Amino acid sequence: MAEEEKVEKKLGVYICTGCDIDLLDIERLKKVAQEEYNVEAKVHPHLCGEGVKIIEDDIANGVNTIVIAACSPRVNTDVFNFENCIVERANLREGVVWCQEINEETKEEVQRMAEDYLRMAIVKAQKSELPEPYIEETSKDILVVGGGITGLTAALEIAKAGYNAYLVEKEDELGGWMAKYYKSLPTKPPYTEIEDPIVFKKIEEVKNNDRIKVYTSTIIEEINGQPGMFDVKVSRNGSVEEFRVGAIVVATGWKPYEAEKLEELGYGKYPGVITNVEMEELAKNGKIVVNGKEVKSVAFIQCAGQRDENHLPYCSSVCCLVTLKQAKYVRMLNDGIAYVFYKDMRTLGLWEDFYKSIQEDEGIFLTKGDVKNIYEEDGKLVVEVENTLLGEPITVKVDLVVLATGMVSTLKGLYTVKEEFPDEKAVPYKHIVDLHPIKSEEEVEELAKKGHILNLQYRQGPELPTLRYGFPDSHYICFPYESRRLGIYAAGCVRAPMDAVACMDDAAGAALKAIQAVELVSKGMTTFPRTGDIDYPQFFLQRCTQCKRCTEECPFGALDEDEKGTPMPNPLRCRRCGICFGACPERIISFKQYSIDAATSMVKAIHVPPEEEGVPRILIFACENDAYPALDMAAMNRMKYSPYVRVIPVRCLGSVNVVFIADAMSRGIDGVLMLGCKFGEDYQCHFIRGSELANRRMENIKETLDRLMIESERVKILEVEITDFDKLPKIIDDFVEEIKELGFNPFKGF
Amino acid sequence: MSTILVIGGGIAGLTAAIEAAETGYDVIIVEKNPYLGGRVAQLRKYFPKLCPPYCGLEIFFKRIKSNPKVKIFTMAEVVSIEGEAGNFDVTIKINPRYVNDNCTACNECVEVCPVERPNEFNFGMDKTKAIYLPHEMAFPLKYVIDPEYCKKDECKACLSACKYSAIDFNMEPKTMKVNVSSIVVATGWKPYDASNLDNLLPEHPDVITNMMMERLAAYNGPTKGKIVRPSDGKEIESIAFVQCAGSRDENHLPYCSAVCCLATLKQATYVREQYPDAKVYIFYIDIRALGRYEDFFAKVQADENVVLIKGKVAKIEESEDGLIVIAEDTATGVKTRQKVDMVVLATGMQPSSSEYKIPGIEYDDYGFVVPKDGIIAAGVARKPADVASCNEDATGAALKAIQVVRRR
Repeated sequence: MAEEEKVEKKLGVYICTGCDIDLLDIERLKKVAQEEYNVEAKVHPHLCGEGVKIIEDDIANGVNTIVIAACSPRVNTDVFNFENCIVERANLREGVVWCQEINEETKEEVQRMAEDYLRMAIVKAQKSELPEPYIEETSKDILVVGGGITGLTAALEIAKAGYNAYLVEKEDELGGWMAKYYKSLPTKPPYTEIEDPIVFKKIEEVKNNDRIKVYTSTIIEEINGQPGMFDVKVSRNGSVEEFRVGAIVVATGWKPYEAEKLEELGYGKYPGVITNVEMEELAKNGKIVVNGKEVKSVAFIQCAGQRDENHLPYCSSVCCLVTLKQAKYVRMLNDGIAYVFYKDMRTLGLWEDFYKSIQEDEGIFLTKGDVKNIYEEDGKLVVEVENTLLGEPITVKVDLVVLATGMVSTLKGLYTVKEEFPDEKAVPYKHIVDLHPIKSEEEVEELAKKGHILNLQYRQGPELPTLRYGFPDSHYICFPYESRRLGIYAAGCVRAPMDAVACMDDAAGAALKAIQAVELVSKGMTTFPRTGDIDYPQFFLQRCTQCKRCTEECPFGALDEDEKGTPMPNPLRCRRCGICFGACPERIISFKQYSIDAATSMVKAIHVPPEEEGVPRILIFACENDAYPALDMAAMNRMKYSPYVRVIPVRCLGSVNVVFIADAMSRGIDGVLMLGCKFGEDYQCHFIRGSELANRRMENIKETLDRLMIESERVKILEVEITDFDKLPKIIDDFVEEIKELGFNPFKGF
Repeated sequence: MSTILVIGGGIAGLTAAIEAAETGYDVIIVEKNPYLGGRVAQLRKYFPKLCPPYCGLEIFFKRIKSNPKVKIFTMAEVVSIEGEAGNFDVTIKINPRYVNDNCTACNECVEVCPVERPNEFNFGMDKTKAIYLPHEMAFPLKYVIDPEYCKKDECKACLSACKYSAIDFNMEPKTMKVNVSSIVVATGWKPYDASNLDNLLPEHPDVITNMMMERLAAYNGPTKGKIVRPSDGKEIESIAFVQCAGSRDENHLPYCSAVCCLATLKQATYVREQYPDAKVYIFYIDIRALGRYEDFFAKVQADENVVLIKGKVAKIEESEDGLIVIAEDTATGVKTRQKVDMVVLATGMQPSSSEYKIPGIEYDDYGFVVPKDGIIAAGVARKPADVASCNEDATGAALKAIQVVRRR
């Protein structure tokens, strides 16, 4: 990395005395800035108000590196945002005066706390640099994979927003499942009339849209590159074509659950037992006819192979509605009678209106019930049902039995990413541990060779990572489209079982995210949760030992590898969490505004009192997304905690490098507390596995401490939620007590 | 101008606004509360992950703080919409906060304020001062005065306490006009008014709504997160949840409110977490746990202290030291009488338009927004939905709003 020409830094330090910060000795704070950093701090009683003017004036006179010693960095972020300046905040309000008991006895320790925060902010500002974006010539075209209702809608929505789409479908016709249906669910109030499938209209629109290029009978051979620069190689009847896109919408839909597994319900045994998918085909003929006979009575069995541990444990969301629709077919086409046996009738929201309209039809009999037996008698099918709403078992004789079988994601069963297929040698991540059985190395190899959908040439695997049951859902309730592959978004039934109306809505959402991704990466910006961040990790590869930790641990698959194992970064896949930076034992990864040097310098800036003063010094690394805001909220409630701690916010606990802790220990700091997010299947870490990785690295930390002959209890890692603010002060105080019991760090004073 | 207006700063509005802004468009959010976040700010946890909504709000607010393309107007409402897609003239009324941008949230004013008001954030279960911060996660982080309770010039205690000249009793309502290309209506919902449910003893202090339960379970709620019987603070030994309280009911809300089953299952975990021996009775018509939510249903169902009874509650009666829930168990045909300490009514979602309609917007019979060219509905303003679905919907709404801008 060539040393770039740097603009000379001119530091300005501004101390606010409002909001009780004046309870501190401001003169002493000024002295810290003056004597230790040779800068005259300016003081204002309302820095976020009129005080901003002083800063602006200084900027006009060349100040470009600014330290604001005032409130939390979470507050007044916009007020203290100055273009082309490095801004660091020393949190003296929430971080000191609001969370500290200030009296004659404590005031010296509280003062020291404030002084340390000022030092840390100054050092960090000095060590930070203004980032420059990673700019490449990018494409803003978007690839849509799958030509069913979701894919068609996504392509149209993309085109309507003024972007070009490539629509790739493996079948020779567009339309997917919906094109095989006789009718579809009502889409408008009063939600009582079933409609002709809208999919044919969409196919026409797609074919007539100049912005959409359609590839049918086409599979994706491979996708190389990164968002903005995805090189897609497709194969259409053997002829290969290549094009470049900026983002991808995955709309490959679903496959029906294998009805062959439902022998207990008579499927495969009796020709009169069919699935709901097969029912659509029958109805499409205009009359429901089986074995040459017009069907006059039909029993629908809900949750066939669903909500069932032996089959699909989940609910496929649409089968209740589909059955109600098909019961209507029986009435409309054959003037027959329909019986519906369900566990719960799941007609959510406004679909209730449709359910109600069906309930009014006397030829449709609906009841909760458990099907006990199905057999043939006199050419009819007999269905025995227990636990019905009538209070007694029912037996019906029908011409046809329709099993409401469920939806399985097209990603289910595919080799997606390496971590989801742990072999005996791998340590599986906690968020997938119960979901993916350990396979042998050979089995995994075999699976990896099987067909794929996207064929991403990512070191970590060829598809989107999935959650339970093969759904590549986001896992975040608040952020339903965020995937672990920047620029690639899933929509429709591949992501979660849903009805066609929901698929179309979902397609629009995923289309927006794809458009947003191409716009952001064209400016070198990342996406959620650090949207807009242009700073990206830089690798000093001459010192890389090819340990592969960074390439393995990156949750977003941003790093590929050459044959030797040297990382090959793809900055536009990167989400800027700093997990690679936390992983690297050689400390060769840094951001301009988040560097190993800056972090270790902050630790070194803390004044560690000598043992004879009798007070410990404890460092807290707090996740800036949850633990740090929780500390702020504890302070807003004026909850008090020990003055012996110093808090450093980090992007993610996964970005804490072992070296920070080793440095702290060798400097005589007595304990380190790490506060991160929950991990495991219901993880809350915004970077998926940062907090879990931090926990794993504790092993290394313990080794390091052992080597230094330091008790491993001096370092502790805890999972906290943002709403744990009522518990945090006690958590901190308890840790301080634990450290006091251990006594001082033996390295103190060396 | 090619700006997008988002009406409503709840989770759907926030999503629509921030997604559009991050795609590169100018957005204005108009929110009637003094803070953003809407209903989710009042929730203790989300189902099925049981994670705190504040966690997502923190990220939303962080993104807004660093995005100059989003302009926020709180305490604001849209009073008129004129024009057509691509060119709407919108009049916005901004109600006085009586606290200006000088406010640093130092809390000195609250220390001296002598007047209390019922805290609507906690559904009136406790009080705040007449000047207050709505809650810890309030954004913008500015205090607000309730003019109904504040004595203003007669008192002036806060005025003299404030070192930052942040208090201004003379603030007047302001109106402003903006020209926008498209409008996302994300005005959300309010809990269905339980007082209409005569047979369910709605006025009894120990009969609460599911939204009140969220506040009881929250650390910053009226009981600091401890779930106790409201009338006497008794610890909970038994509790009943009444599903479809006013939903799927021709006399109230005919539709299904889409979230109440899961909300109740979630609240059952709140109770069970605090009381290892408490019994939870859930009276339901159908448990609607779609998709992977079924896993959550199965998890709660596996708790043997959670009893699910299929049957609609006919009546709630008061008894000595408790309440009696009367329902017919449709599975057994037996009429059950279950004595419990308290009852939670799973009241449904009613679109906010039932309270206040925006001139220029069309609504259907239920009060949901009818979209038209350039006016896009998102979240519960469009249909009942849970948070994840609202955000999906709002992301798509952002695209539709952008399409109108691009068309210009």
